[in-house]
Amino acid sequence: MATAPEQLENYRYPDERGHFGRYGGIFVAETLMYPLEELDQAYRTYLQDPAFLDELDRDLKDYVGRPSPLYYAERWSRELGGAQIWLKREDLNHTGAHKVNNTIGQALLARRMGKKRVIAETGAGQHGVATATVAARLGLECVVYMGEVDVERQKLNVYRMSLLGAEVRPVSSGSKTLKDALNEALRDWVTHVDDTFYIIGTVAGPHPYPAMVRDFQSVIGREAKQQILEQAGRLPDALVACVGGGSNAIGLFYPFLEHEQVALYGVEAAGLGIETGKHSAPLCAGRPGVLHGNRTYLMEDDDGQIIETHSISAGLDYPGVGPEHAWLKDSGRAQYVNITDDEALEAFHSLTRIEGIMPALESSHALAYAMQLAPRMDRDQIMIVNVSGRGDKDIHTVAEREGLKL
Amino acid sequence: MSRIETVFGRLAQSGRKALIPFITAGDPDPEFTVPMLHAMVDAGADILELGVPFSDPMADGPVIQRASERALAHRVSLRQVLRMVAEFRRGDDTTPIVLMGYLNPIECMGYGAFAEAAKEAGVDGVLTVDLPPEEAEDEMLPLLYGAGIDPVFLLAPTSTPERIEKADRLGRGYLYYVSLKGVTGAGHLDIEEVTRKVAGIQALAELPVGVGFGVKDPETAARMAGLADAVVVGSALVRKIEEHAGDACRAREEITALLAAMRRAMDEEVTLA
Ligand SMILES: Cc1ncc(COP(=O)(O)O)c(C=O)c1O
Repeated sequence: MATAPEQLENYRYPDERGHFGRYGGIFVAETLMYPLEELDQAYRTYLQDPAFLDELDRDLKDYVGRPSPLYYAERWSRELGGAQIWLKREDLNHTGAHKVNNTIGQALLARRMGKKRVIAETGAGQHGVATATVAARLGLECVVYMGEVDVERQKLNVYRMSLLGAEVRPVSSGSKTLKDALNEALRDWVTHVDDTFYIIGTVAGPHPYPAMVRDFQSVIGREAKQQILEQAGRLPDALVACVGGGSNAIGLFYPFLEHEQVALYGVEAAGLGIETGKHSAPLCAGRPGVLHGNRTYLMEDDDGQIIETHSISAGLDYPGVGPEHAWLKDSGRAQYVNITDDEALEAFHSLTRIEGIMPALESSHALAYAMQLAPRMDRDQIMIVNVSGRGDKDIHTVAEREGLKL
Repeated sequence: MSRIETVFGRLAQSGRKALIPFITAGDPDPEFTVPMLHAMVDAGADILELGVPFSDPMADGPVIQRASERALAHRVSLRQVLRMVAEFRRGDDTTPIVLMGYLNPIECMGYGAFAEAAKEAGVDGVLTVDLPPEEAEDEMLPLLYGAGIDPVFLLAPTSTPERIEKADRLGRGYLYYVSLKGVTGAGHLDIEEVTRKVAGIQALAELPVGVGFGVKDPETAARMAGLADAVVVGSALVRKIEEHAGDACRAREEITALLAAMRRAMDEEVTLA
C-alpha cells in the first residue's frame, strides 16, 4: 500500500521550475543545471513508481519505526490551562529526529539513480547522522560537510558519524557554520556530479529540493491528520512547529494546507532577542534575497552579504529558510513567530518535568510557543505540536547553561 | 556597438584571441584594484573581469573564496566596486569591464538601480554566476539591455544544445564556457574534451566563446587560444595576490609578467596555426 505524496486540490506549488509565487526557483551556476534536471526527472518518475513507494513505506515502518505516535499531553495541557495539546512524536524515530524521513527517501532515490556516493551538509550534526545512517545501511560512500565551528560545538555527533563510516570534512571558509557547509557540499557536487548524490537536509536549495524534501517529510502531517481524526474525531485548530530551514514544519503543515480552518504557526529562533540582532529569524526579521539556489527571506546586511546567525539550537542556526515558507508567510496562510533561547529552555524543562519527554532544543522553540498560545485558546480546542527531535544531543548545552560540567 | 563587440571585431580582423584576466575587487585591499586593472591592460588584456565580493561564493574554489574574504574584511560593497569602475574609466575609455559575481548583492540594491548605476560607472557586461537565463529573462535582462549592458552567461560541459542556444540568444558580448566540472581554480582540465565541446558550442552559437576555469599557465592559455575566441584566467592571478598580499608592487609585477607571457604564447599560437 504505497503512498504517493498528496496532490492538494487548491494548492499547486511549486510550478514547473520550482517557484512558490516569487520565491524558490533555480539560482545556480550553469554547471549545476544538468544534475538538477536529472534529479528532477528521477524524482518525478520514482514518486509515481509503486515499487519505489513500497520500498520507502517499508523502510519508514521497519527501519524508522513509523508511524510515530500522536500523544495527548494531558498533564501539560491541564497545567497550561487552555487548548488540548497533542504531540507528534518525531523524537521517537530512529536517530532521534524527523531528519531520517528525508534521508531515507533521498538515499533510496540515489540508489535507483545508480549513484555510489552521497554527500550532505550538517549544522548540529542531526542531518549528518541521519545521512550517515542510511548510507551505512545501503552501503553508499558518505561525506558530510560541517563548519569548523560546528565540528567543535557538536563533537558527539561528529564521532557518531565516523562510527557510522562517514567522512566528516570540516569547512573553514566564511563563517565556518552551516551555510558554509552547504556551499562546500554544492562545490563537491559540481565536481563529482557523475557518481554523487547530494542529500540536502531541509526544504532549502534549488528546485527540486524544496518540493522533494517536503514530499518526503509530509509523512508527518499525513499521519497526524489520520491520527487526530481517529483519536479526537476531528481536525485540529492549530499546528505548531519550529522552523530552521523549515522541513519538519512543512512536513506537518502540508497535508493540512487546504483546510483553511487549521491555523499554522512556524516558530523561528529569536536567539538573544530579535532587537539584539543575534537571532536566526529571517521570516520575522529578514528580507527577500537569493542564497543557496533559491529566492527566499534571508538575513543580510545593507550590501547584500549574508550575516551570521545565532540560536542556542544549532539546528535553527541558518540565515535562510525554505522558499515555501516565504510564500506561506506572504500569502498569509501561515504565521511566523519567534522564541528566544531562554523561552526555549524553559519549555525544554517544562515538558521534561511534566510529561517525561525531553525534547530537542529546536523542538523546544515550538513547545515554548505552544505554552504562550494554549492559554489563549479554549479547552475544547486542539493543537498539534511537532516534537521534531529528542533532547539527548542537547544535554551538554542545557547543563552548561545551568553552570554544570558533565 | 558595445565596447565588448568592438574588441572582438578588432581581434577578429587581426586573427588574435581575447585575453581576459579576472581579479576580485578590493583584494587584498581597495587601493590595489584600479592600478592593477590599468597594469593588466598594459600587459595585454583585452577585456577585464572584476569580481564583486560575496559572503557565499558557492561556485568558487578556495583561492577566489579567500579573495572574497580579504575584500570583505575591508567591507568592499557592490557600490564601492562601481566606484572603482568609474575611477578606472577616467583613465581608460576603451577596455571593457565585466562584473562577475553573485545575485544577492544586486538583488539587495535593486535590479533597476543596479543597471542605472552600472551604466553610469562605465560597466560593459555583467556575469551573474547564480542567475541562469531562465531566471534572468523576465526581470533582469530587459533592464540590462535597456542600459546597454551585456549579460554574459556561463556554459558548462553538461549544457544541452537547447541551453546553449538559449544562452546565445539571451546573452550579449560573449559566452563563457566553464571548461571543467568543478569550481574555479580546479586542476583537471581535459584539452581534448574542451576542444570537442567548444567546437560544439561554436557550431550552435553566434556569440564569441571564451574558455575559463583551469587556465593556469601560458601553455594552456595558448592551447585554449587555438580553439576559442577568448581565454579567461582568474585563480592563477588571484593566487599571486595572495602570495604577495603584503607587497603590492611585487604582486602587480608577478601578475603582469604572467599575463604578458600568456599574451605572447596566445599570439604565437594563432600566428603558427
Ligand atoms: C530536531 C530538529 N528539529 C528541527 C531542526 C530544524 O530543521 P527544519 O527546520 O528543516 O526542520 C533540526 C535541524 O537540525 C533538528 O535537528
